[in-house]
Amino acid sequence: MRKFLASAKFLAGTAASAVLFSGAAARADQPRAWEVSFQEPATDMMRQIERFGNYTMWFIVPITVLVLVLLLACIIRFRASANPVPSKTSHNTLIEVIWTVGPVIVLLLIAIPSFQLLTAQYTPPEEAKLTVKATGNQWNWDYEYQVDKTFSFNSAVLQDGDRAKAGKEDRNLYPRLLAVDNELVVPVNTTTRVLITATDVIHSFAVPSFGIKMDAVPGRTNETWFKAEKEGLYYGQCSQLCGKDHAFMPIAVRVVSDAQFKTWLETAKTDVPAANKALMAEIDGTNKVAAAGN
Amino acid sequence: MAEAAAHDHDDHRPHGWVRWVYSTNHKDIGTLYLIFAIIAGVIGGALSVAIRMELQEPGIQIFSGLAQMVYGMQGDAAIDGGKSMYNAFGAAHGLIMIFFMVMPALIGGFANWMVPIMIGAPDMAFPRMNNISFWLLPPAFILLLSSMFVPSAPGAFGVGGGWTIYPPLSTSGQPGPAMDLAILSIHIAGASSILGAINFITTIFNMRAPGMTLHKMPLFAWAVLITAFLLLLSLPVLAGGITMLLTDRNFGTAFFVPDQGGDPLLFQHLFWFFGHPEVYILILPGFGIISHIVSTFSKKPVFGYLGMAYAMVAIGAVGFIVWAHHMYTTGLSLDTQRYFVFATMVIAVPTGVKIFSWIATMWGGSISFKPPMLWALGFIFLFTIGGVTGVQLANAGLDRSLHDTYFVIAHFHYVLSLGAVFAIFAGWYYWFPKMTGYMYSPVIANTHFWVTFVGVNLIFFPQHFLGLAGMPRRTVDYPDAFAGWNMVSSYGSYISAVGVAIFLYGVFEAFQKKRVAGANPWGEGATTLEWQLPSPPPFHQWEQLPKIK
Repeated sequence: MRKFLASAKFLAGTAASAVLFSGAAARADQPRAWEVSFQEPATDMMRQIERFGNYTMWFIVPITVLVLVLLLACIIRFRASANPVPSKTSHNTLIEVIWTVGPVIVLLLIAIPSFQLLTAQYTPPEEAKLTVKATGNQWNWDYEYQVDKTFSFNSAVLQDGDRAKAGKEDRNLYPRLLAVDNELVVPVNTTTRVLITATDVIHSFAVPSFGIKMDAVPGRTNETWFKAEKEGLYYGQCSQLCGKDHAFMPIAVRVVSDAQFKTWLETAKTDVPAANKALMAEIDGTNKVAAAGN
Repeated sequence: MAEAAAHDHDDHRPHGWVRWVYSTNHKDIGTLYLIFAIIAGVIGGALSVAIRMELQEPGIQIFSGLAQMVYGMQGDAAIDGGKSMYNAFGAAHGLIMIFFMVMPALIGGFANWMVPIMIGAPDMAFPRMNNISFWLLPPAFILLLSSMFVPSAPGAFGVGGGWTIYPPLSTSGQPGPAMDLAILSIHIAGASSILGAINFITTIFNMRAPGMTLHKMPLFAWAVLITAFLLLLSLPVLAGGITMLLTDRNFGTAFFVPDQGGDPLLFQHLFWFFGHPEVYILILPGFGIISHIVSTFSKKPVFGYLGMAYAMVAIGAVGFIVWAHHMYTTGLSLDTQRYFVFATMVIAVPTGVKIFSWIATMWGGSISFKPPMLWALGFIFLFTIGGVTGVQLANAGLDRSLHDTYFVIAHFHYVLSLGAVFAIFAGWYYWFPKMTGYMYSPVIANTHFWVTFVGVNLIFFPQHFLGLAGMPRRTVDYPDAFAGWNMVSSYGSYISAVGVAIFLYGVFEAFQKKRVAGANPWGEGATTLEWQLPSPPPFHQWEQLPKIK
């Protein structure tokens, strides 16, 4: 369901292009051309956010339409040529009470699920099984895996010149400004805790399809969590202005199967590039087998 | 100098440059403010068009060339310089539009001109302070503009931290003098506004004509009174915050330096304690203007006058306790976020009262669609769109996905660029005949409206989509998937720029044709005191104080 804002499309007169271009995405882990709504959720949290967003549309679109209709009614019925003698009404206690109490009720109806959503975001379903620490630098990220033998690596935007060497020439899978040299690798269906900080200025760790965004503030460690439901590559971007190359410090998360993660982790503890190469080869292989099997 | 002999000044008016530079006359100072706001608006608008030109297509096209032209950079340095220049343009656009366009136009311009007349006062309470309030602005503006030409970070010029100037990006992130110039600029502009606020509060409390109780005072005067209180209470907090920034940068203090026990988030709290009331400072005078225009052109008194006045009081008061809704993703505790969600949603109630009261004012009226009314109708609808997306953003859970994306840009431009600016143009077309004595061409004014209406909606409506799809704010380049809506948005920006050109031509044409407007061009619906005076009003008005029944 990609309803968020879809019901308001007519307001912009963009219905035609939206119908033509949106919703056709097969794999929605990154932004799409002419997208008019959220990216496809990859976590239950993002699904809840989307559901709440759609829910608010049921209030705000009718309110906007009501205002528009009332304005048009005034314009048509009470234009000077149609209604030469103005009324002198300037008070009506009942209607003033209605339009004060009405919005209060609407806000309560929005507030209740809103508080539920907010609480859910701070209530992981289980104790996190994996903790990674993301440290923002101008202009790249360091990811530290807090496992039995802690190790870390740097993740920076993929330069066009390095695509061939990295085996990332597919620009659909590795889009410009979103692809990185070393992705954050996490296992599927595993509650992952992310500790977030920064070394120089404030950055923000955001992955839209996971429904997470948390500022990376120097001198402070923030925490968020996610539980990705599908294997794949998910992209986000630094979401706090951090200087010259703010547009060039993407976040890429590779969600893999438990087995793949275990293999990757063992190698990565000593050799991250080799672990990534092996992982990519295995994923490519699985995809080819899957394609051949179809 | 003021010898007794100089006191018999019936209509003694100074001439030439003395009249303007030494001016203590609220109408002349108001005119200066309006001219200043137009100049600043054109500059700030040009910056935004440059930003949209850059974002029209993925990649870096415009700013590397601009950096080459302006700063003489070459090759890779020009690309890096261009990226920083883009950030500097963004920061300057925001600061100019807020401090040097909307505030001078609404408060310095229209309020200076109309509040004394509307409340039946001969002038402002402190005319000389009024003069210094205005004349602080040009040096502040020059400081801000010159900051764009001095170094900030290595290989970069101009303040590149957005209008919010969060540390550490505004301290250790940009050691050069550009940020210091900007801080001094904001200090001076803030001092100007504080002096202006004191002047308005004193004037409105003490100089109302006999019989004009607060509850009979026109809504624009109410709006300005509340705005003045917001300025007086919020700007000193900003001044404190940016002074701490200044001493962190230059004198070794560590208010915002974490490794010496400071906290970068302290600045955000101080900034937004000012910043949120500031957005109401920008819109409240507009609310007042719209009330007058809707009433005038519907030939009906304002519906629910007291509700309208106290809705503004409520918006102003609650506006002080919602600031951290700008900081949901900074790591605030769950309870803190719950509180700010709740408090923020409360503001929707008085805002709804205002929207519905404007419609009720029109209901049963006899509406003529003169240019000011067109702008007012546009305001009500577009402000509603900005308002409902504000209700969405108030929810921290949803804001998690929308914060710092283009959805937020779309939201606040709907309430400010399409709200406050539409109110400014509505006020301009409403009072232009009063201020100048000339009537503009309604055809040009209507064309200006429709071109602007189409342009700004094309700019900002697609930005909702970009934000939902996850496009972060303040990026000089973006993933190719965002190209489509960015192109639409950029074309909208060019259409809006044509709108500004039509506006300027309309002003020129009105002064050229000199069509006499008369004391009250709007007829029986225009009931406030300014319409009882000739157009333009005499140099000193209300030498006989008007009596209010």
